[in-house]
Amino acid sequence: MTAGSASSGIVAQGVRKSYGEHLVLDDVSLDVQEGTISALLGPNGAGKTTMVRILSTLIPADSGSMRVAGHDVVTDADAVRASIGVTGQFSAVDNLLTGAENLQLMADLRHLGREAGRRRVAELLAQFELTDAAHKSLATYSGGMRRRLDLAMTLVGEPRVIFLDEPTTGLDPRSRRTMWRIIRELAAGGVTILLTTQYLDEADQLADRIAVLDEGRVVAEGAPTELKGRIPGSHVRLHFSDPSLLRSASELLPAAVPDPDQLVLQVPDDGTVDSLRILLDELYEARITVERLTVHTPDLDDVFFAVTGGHATGQLDRDPSPASPQGAQQ
Amino acid sequence: MTTTLAHTLSDSWVMLRRNLKHQLRYPSITLMLIGIPVVILLLFVYVFGGQLGAGLGPHQGRGAYLDYVVPGLLLLTVASAIQGTSIMVAMDMTGGIIDRFRTMAIARSAVLTGHVLGSLIQTLAAMAVLIAVAFALGFRSTAGPLQWLAAIAILALFALALIWLAVALGLAAKSVETASNTPMIMFLLMFLSSGFVATATMPVGLRQFAEYQPFTPVTDTVRALLTGGTSSDHAIGALAWSVGIAVVAYLWAIRLYNRRHAAEPS
Repeated sequence: MTAGSASSGIVAQGVRKSYGEHLVLDDVSLDVQEGTISALLGPNGAGKTTMVRILSTLIPADSGSMRVAGHDVVTDADAVRASIGVTGQFSAVDNLLTGAENLQLMADLRHLGREAGRRRVAELLAQFELTDAAHKSLATYSGGMRRRLDLAMTLVGEPRVIFLDEPTTGLDPRSRRTMWRIIRELAAGGVTILLTTQYLDEADQLADRIAVLDEGRVVAEGAPTELKGRIPGSHVRLHFSDPSLLRSASELLPAAVPDPDQLVLQVPDDGTVDSLRILLDELYEARITVERLTVHTPDLDDVFFAVTGGHATGQLDRDPSPASPQGAQQ
Repeated sequence: MTTTLAHTLSDSWVMLRRNLKHQLRYPSITLMLIGIPVVILLLFVYVFGGQLGAGLGPHQGRGAYLDYVVPGLLLLTVASAIQGTSIMVAMDMTGGIIDRFRTMAIARSAVLTGHVLGSLIQTLAAMAVLIAVAFALGFRSTAGPLQWLAAIAILALFALALIWLAVALGLAAKSVETASNTPMIMFLLMFLSSGFVATATMPVGLRQFAEYQPFTPVTDTVRALLTGGTSSDHAIGALAWSVGIAVVAYLWAIRLYNRRHAAEPS
């Protein structure tokens, strides 16, 4: 950690926090370089939100040292607050005001001044496609619009460091894409971002570095490609109607792993059309009939399965997919 | 130092404007808080007033009771208005926006100051409405401008004390529903005071309670200022109660505000 590069980002070392007997964060360290995006990836209850609340001065840690934008979180909280923006999991908007009034409130509290404040409000309304709804009551806003307004409010003071706690949870796919685009644009503008997510694809899409958090500990940390290197890769699952077909297929494909109970053969494969065509041709020429085929790409279950050795962790907040590997759900 | 002070003032002003806007956007609460004392005024003057007025002395009636009850109803207006304060504070604390404020470099006290000043303005406006209605019904005051000013100052000070108490109750409440119920005790205290009938007419135990609880000296002071009558010995009691409640409630509210969320698992 060099003082120069880390001074404007987020550096946390040995952060611990417990509520009574329950240890929520156990010696968590992070180093988010200036102008990069880092993701805290983990299931509900892993400690992601607690970490964000500590770094954004909302709650104190029991121990550990933390610097955000070059300021100590404990001894210089107001300087930290002046440099950060936080968008929490629950919408932090004023429901009795309009969208424009909410932004104006932030501009006033950031002491932007009358003219500069008005300009910034109009700019953000346009950037977040809220100009048409600017003077409407928030009761008429959709979930996606509220989330966009929430983030716009965070950006009024042009913070250099932004915390986003599960920024896309509960959004429809289109709003999710919009949010991703906005986050990328922010990082391109030199803003340091720490976001939390339950979705591997989100971390993969956005983050320069990912820290996997499980039961309050960082169990894996690295660039997305490094992490994915530790996960069993994509594969296809071939379903057979007959044990003898399964046997013949596993003789034909020695790299594959058979599951005799379910009559399934798991074949390493990247899932592209070309590779599937080659695989199916091979099976066809050997006269092996495949009943059904499913393509499986790695997801959070796999990351957890890989980095926690399978002890983890339950309650991933998502639909169990038929392709999830056995063991990760235990 | 001067910028700190300027920011504190500016932040408090922003929060005050926010709360006044809330009152306009949520007119049902505002109208109810202003309307209840007016309805009770009409009820007490036209339904009970004839009989209660006769009890004030020989040849007295509804008109005399109107003069008697207006100071009490001004205090009831305070008791009514602070319910709105508790509800608004609790709504703020249970919503997500308070976390946003806490992660911003704004004066710590500004959120509460905004609530307190907003409620004070609302309460004074409600009292003005009540006085206007009372005059329309035939209320006559013997007070000159100075007495009026003194009465308003006493009422404003007492309102400030109860508003800080309501802020603390709103902060202590786990839900908005609880926050809307706790200030109801103020309503009850109002009825157990000299607001509606003279304490001398009450049974002994109740009378002693009524004479020493905060609403009675404040009511008596305002009554003495507006309609003459009893001396203003009560003013010291009124001031002592107001300042005492204000200080204790203020310290309690600040303590609750600073502690809130700190011990809350996420």
